[in-house]
Amino acid sequence: MASLGEIIRESQIWKSVIRHPMPVDRRNRVVVMLTNFFLHLHPVSIKKQGIALSYTWCMGGVTFFLFLVETITGVLLMFYYRPTLEWAYNDILALRDVTSLGLLREIHRWGAHAMVITVWLHMYRVFLTGSYKPPREFNWVVGVILLLLTLLMSFTGYLLPWDQLAIWAITVGSNMARATPFLGYEGPGAQLLSVDGIDMITNASDARFGLLGARFVGEETLNRFYVLHCIAIPLGVALLLAIHFWRVRKDGGISAPM
Amino acid sequence: MHHIDQDLFLGKVSGFLGGYFLFVAVMNAVAAFYLWRTGRSKELFRVGGLPVTTALFWLAIAMILTIASAFAFGGTPWGMPLVLMDFADWLMSPVVYTVGSLAVLSLMFVARDFFVRPFVAWSGLNIALFLMGLSMTDQDFYSIVGKPDNVPIVGMVFLLGYFTWLGAYKAVINDRRIANGEEPLEALDKEKVLVWPDLVYTELICMVALTALLIVWAIVLKAPLEEPASAVKTPNPSKAPWYFLGLQEMLVYYDPWMAGVVLPSMVVFGLMAIPFLDFNKKGNGYYTIADRKFAYVTFQFGFLVLWVTLIVMGTFLRGPNWNFFGPYEAWDPHKVVALNNVDLSEYFWISALGQARPKAPSDASTAVQLGYILLRESPGIVLLLLYLGALPPALVLYSRFFRDLFVRMGFLRYMVLSNLLLMMMLLPIKMVARWTVNMKYFIAIPEYFLNF
Ligand code: HEM
Repeated sequence: MASLGEIIRESQIWKSVIRHPMPVDRRNRVVVMLTNFFLHLHPVSIKKQGIALSYTWCMGGVTFFLFLVETITGVLLMFYYRPTLEWAYNDILALRDVTSLGLLREIHRWGAHAMVITVWLHMYRVFLTGSYKPPREFNWVVGVILLLLTLLMSFTGYLLPWDQLAIWAITVGSNMARATPFLGYEGPGAQLLSVDGIDMITNASDARFGLLGARFVGEETLNRFYVLHCIAIPLGVALLLAIHFWRVRKDGGISAPM
Repeated sequence: MHHIDQDLFLGKVSGFLGGYFLFVAVMNAVAAFYLWRTGRSKELFRVGGLPVTTALFWLAIAMILTIASAFAFGGTPWGMPLVLMDFADWLMSPVVYTVGSLAVLSLMFVARDFFVRPFVAWSGLNIALFLMGLSMTDQDFYSIVGKPDNVPIVGMVFLLGYFTWLGAYKAVINDRRIANGEEPLEALDKEKVLVWPDLVYTELICMVALTALLIVWAIVLKAPLEEPASAVKTPNPSKAPWYFLGLQEMLVYYDPWMAGVVLPSMVVFGLMAIPFLDFNKKGNGYYTIADRKFAYVTFQFGFLVLWVTLIVMGTFLRGPNWNFFGPYEAWDPHKVVALNNVDLSEYFWISALGQARPKAPSDASTAVQLGYILLRESPGIVLLLLYLGALPPALVLYSRFFRDLFVRMGFLRYMVLSNLLLMMMLLPIKMVARWTVNMKYFIAIPEYFLNF
């Protein structure tokens, strides 16, 4: 008698999806890496050094995992949340008090904090092992942009609960943009940009206005940050991550002594 | 801060503290067991002829911590002695904190052979955890460290401590090996393994463990939600998200255009430039300090001292009106701190030359006004030009180290490197100038929002 597992694995449907036998012997452990879409991100074999936890600290991997967690919990949060002055705060309240399994917001928030920390740790590890040296210079640069985008993702998300903590943190943070040289209306040099005595840089046309969509943190800002947080920045991160991972392979895998 | 009755407060935290001390006790017991079973336990000292081994030592520590745990569970947790708390509050100031952090980190770096020893590092961890446990009985300390959004930062400090230790530990071993003509540890194992199962399983286990951790964290700690947003009620202090608090701290010393725009841009640009400035071929793919001392020290100074310690200060030690508060001090919004900062041009014209600062006649044209402003601020402008323009070549002329850099890097790359370093040093320079001579601005041109 064939066991149920065997029947399933011998079926045409199963075989159409999983195109290899169980990876229990050497040959099939190679085949699985080559035929599975998700696994083919990895090479088939790897230097032992490259997977030593005490070497990589697994921090890049952990950061990527947290990005996935944020994506999943973020999508679920979007089901409940409307980015308007009328609803934003109330929806967050309801997430806490009404929604069953009310941990979504917690996991999303703590995951975001953790991601900022793990990106720093990952950068720290890459620096300490000198892994930015040739041929990995470009991947380091990609990494720095990823770091920046991670911070921006966290920053834009901070506003969405629309409580006192949120708007004042964003107010403090975005006030800096007001002082951008030339482009902020209180920045050095902004007065120089005037035509026939009419200032081109005002508090309704400067860098801060561009960021907030208004002269102060308001509904336009909420909408703008929502779109940046849920769509624009994550898309950018996803693209750069694809390049980042691809380059790790193309640059010869995890760094090791020459 | 709303204080409640101390007994009531202790009742509230005692359960947590009991668990906390128990956890640290178990940690030590496991370490003792590990040392004993693996035969790594070494003799520390002798008491009356009897050897005390490391395993025994940590077992004793575990027992003391268990007693601490019992006291906490019983509702009377051990606390910090009042004298010590008052002393810490009295001692702490931005100067002591910043210079102290730098001094401690420098000492650890110089004496790294000593500090990376597992026994020393483990002692350090225990002391930190123990002091933190004692401090938690103070309401002011607890209310700031225990704030949900601040808990991750406490975690980060411990993680950074651990990983800095790990990196230095491996580097010290490697440096010793290299000095003996051996390969670094990372070069020993050239064997290749299959990704399935070795890597794939590790990843799977990591994911399961992390998921569990996140869920527990989410159950234990609620995400903060304050009152609904109000554009008219400004909270005091108003703080940016924690990862930008280093920048907010810089606002004490520089205006927003520097602290919020120019310096952060320089950080990003400087990070990106690292691979193109560091021409040292050694130290790629293994932990080392000796093979790349300059790069190591520079990065640690920028990351640990200028970035992380400022975040920690901005989070835990800055209260209402961004005033500095000791770790056990109540955040009093009415605390008054006298500000009597002076611009460099005032020092120059008024104090040194004994005359009024140059001022254009009120009916002068814009160009003339500008000329007067430049004259007024000329001391600072000249200093800045010398700092960024003349210092790099001077270093080449008078320092062997920088001359070598210049020769190997060429003009352009050398100028980029030296100017990035000088930009980085602008912050500590301004800090010291503020603390010693109350320097407000080196260049003060409020007419054009250009204060520096
Ligand atoms: C969203 C953020 C990021 C993710 C998810 C990510 C992910 C990863 C992963 C999974 C690896 C494989 C090795 C490892 O885990 O250490 C890696 C390697 C690498 N990362 Fe990142 N990374 C991120 C940000 C950064 C940053 C901020 C930097 C540097 C500034 C950086 C520079 C590098 C370099 C140079 C490598 C190759 C390391 C080597 O070969 O040893 N990455 N990254």
